[in-house]
Amino acid sequence: MRSGYTHTKALLYLLLAAVSFVCLVPFYSMLITSTHANSEIASKLLLWPGTELANNYNRLVGSVNIWRGFANTVFISVTATILNVYFAALAGFGFSKYRFRYRNFLFLFVLGTMMIPGQLGIIGFYKVMSMLQLTDTYWPLLLQSLYNAFGIFLMRQFADASIPDEIIESGRIDGCGEWRIFHRIVLPLMGPAIATLAIFSFIGKWNDFLTPMIILFDNDKQTLPVMIASVKSAFSSDFGAQYVGIAISVIPLLVFFALMSKQIISGVAAGAVKG
Amino acid sequence: MNTKINKSFYGYIFIAPFFIGFLLIGLAPILYTFYLSLTKWDGFSDPVYVGAANYTRLIHDSFFFQTIGSTLIIWIMSIVPQILLALGLALILNERFIRGKHFFRAVFYFPHIVTPVTLGVLFSLMFDWQTGSINKVLMNIGLVNDPVNWFNNPWWSRIIVAGVICWQYFGFNLIIFIAGLQGISKEVYEAAEVDGATKPIIIRRIILPLLRPVMLFTFITSVIGGLQLFDAPLMLGDGPGNSTRTMIMYLYETAFKNFDYSYGSAVAYGIFVVVMFFTAITTLATRTKE
Repeated sequence: MRSGYTHTKALLYLLLAAVSFVCLVPFYSMLITSTHANSEIASKLLLWPGTELANNYNRLVGSVNIWRGFANTVFISVTATILNVYFAALAGFGFSKYRFRYRNFLFLFVLGTMMIPGQLGIIGFYKVMSMLQLTDTYWPLLLQSLYNAFGIFLMRQFADASIPDEIIESGRIDGCGEWRIFHRIVLPLMGPAIATLAIFSFIGKWNDFLTPMIILFDNDKQTLPVMIASVKSAFSSDFGAQYVGIAISVIPLLVFFALMSKQIISGVAAGAVKG
Repeated sequence: MNTKINKSFYGYIFIAPFFIGFLLIGLAPILYTFYLSLTKWDGFSDPVYVGAANYTRLIHDSFFFQTIGSTLIIWIMSIVPQILLALGLALILNERFIRGKHFFRAVFYFPHIVTPVTLGVLFSLMFDWQTGSINKVLMNIGLVNDPVNWFNNPWWSRIIVAGVICWQYFGFNLIIFIAGLQGISKEVYEAAEVDGATKPIIIRRIILPLLRPVMLFTFITSVIGGLQLFDAPLMLGDGPGNSTRTMIMYLYETAFKNFDYSYGSAVAYGIFVVVMFFTAITTLATRTKE
């Protein structure tokens, strides 16, 4: 009985280890391959680091301004995340603490917009943005952050549960205006929900591909995912350079995840339970 | 009392940015796309109204129907193993005696946050038949003698695309399932254990039925996401005979590569109808079973 139990346990750990291996090995292969010359990549199985990383890297940055793309993506992701979180918190607070007419109907409307497939209006979006002469600028990418139904849902849930009406009332008695109450009292209290939403908003914007690809034309304005896609076609037979590009795209996410994995995972779980 | 009524006006101000943003950048483009779908427009001259011509073309477009089929096949081939894998691993990680839960959860979840485009490029390199590492491994361990030309075979291509999607998303489902398992109260298990129920019986009779709502939630939301697959499949290519071309890839190619914006708009609405149809079917199918 006892040894059967140990066997089961060993088997389960083996299974977990095998799946972990499958999850991680593509990234290991990516790092290793990026350090080898193309002739080696094409001819043999590579398991250990090589010496060609600098050459591969130089060929890549020689024709693709990948760090520019990196900086562009950081700028867009950070700005969009701030806008997204601020306006979601504002609307979530509005829905939670003010009793206005049609409140429930409007909230259902907000939730209903989540059902619309994201690409339905993409051609019209492109056309409207070009009529407003906003193509090849970051405005379209940032303006999208003004409306985030999921964020409003998350913020309202949080405000309903964790921000007592008395705090707002006492703010009013002290003579604060409604904006001041939001900025000075409510926003700081929403910290945990803001952190969760910020993480997801950032990851989503960082990985965004279709919108920047069709809105931006200038290569120097392009985002990292679009640059990675163009590296694939521009360096079709230069595997070393392609692997370096992929690594530049993955490593920051790996570091980000290593630092934040607990918050990210508990955020996913919380979002799912509420959803 | 009076002040409260006055203050409630601020509610409208605070929710206004959402509605302004949605109307201008969300809804207006959607309606404009519909208008374009009723025109002939090449992107340069003015759109000319042509009525339902684009939709007539759409329902006779065998390429469009092929992309519906391919998207569904890839979705089913990825969602079934995804849910089974996530469920199995969630049950294991829910056991009290397993150590390193946080580590395993983090490792399984990590692929989900990596840029899908990047993963598409990475896997297209790994499965390259002449230079990719997958063939090198298979030849080294003697499983095959000659390199397999994966992307020359429609089913291998679909398996690879579905495999990448499964690999990327099972960790996300796993986290949701674990949250669902943790929502089941400990007393239920303990009562069953006291009654002498074995582990397989507890799983089949107690855990799975209680986890059903969570599994249905994942399944239904995966219809909406799975039918809109785009980034990673685009990098893995159309496949032989367009066998891995998804609906959104077809939309993208029609509108932004062939510059047929008006027909692309009709394709967008076609996709919308297909997505709504399958969402409704899954919702109904799962509801009647309840």
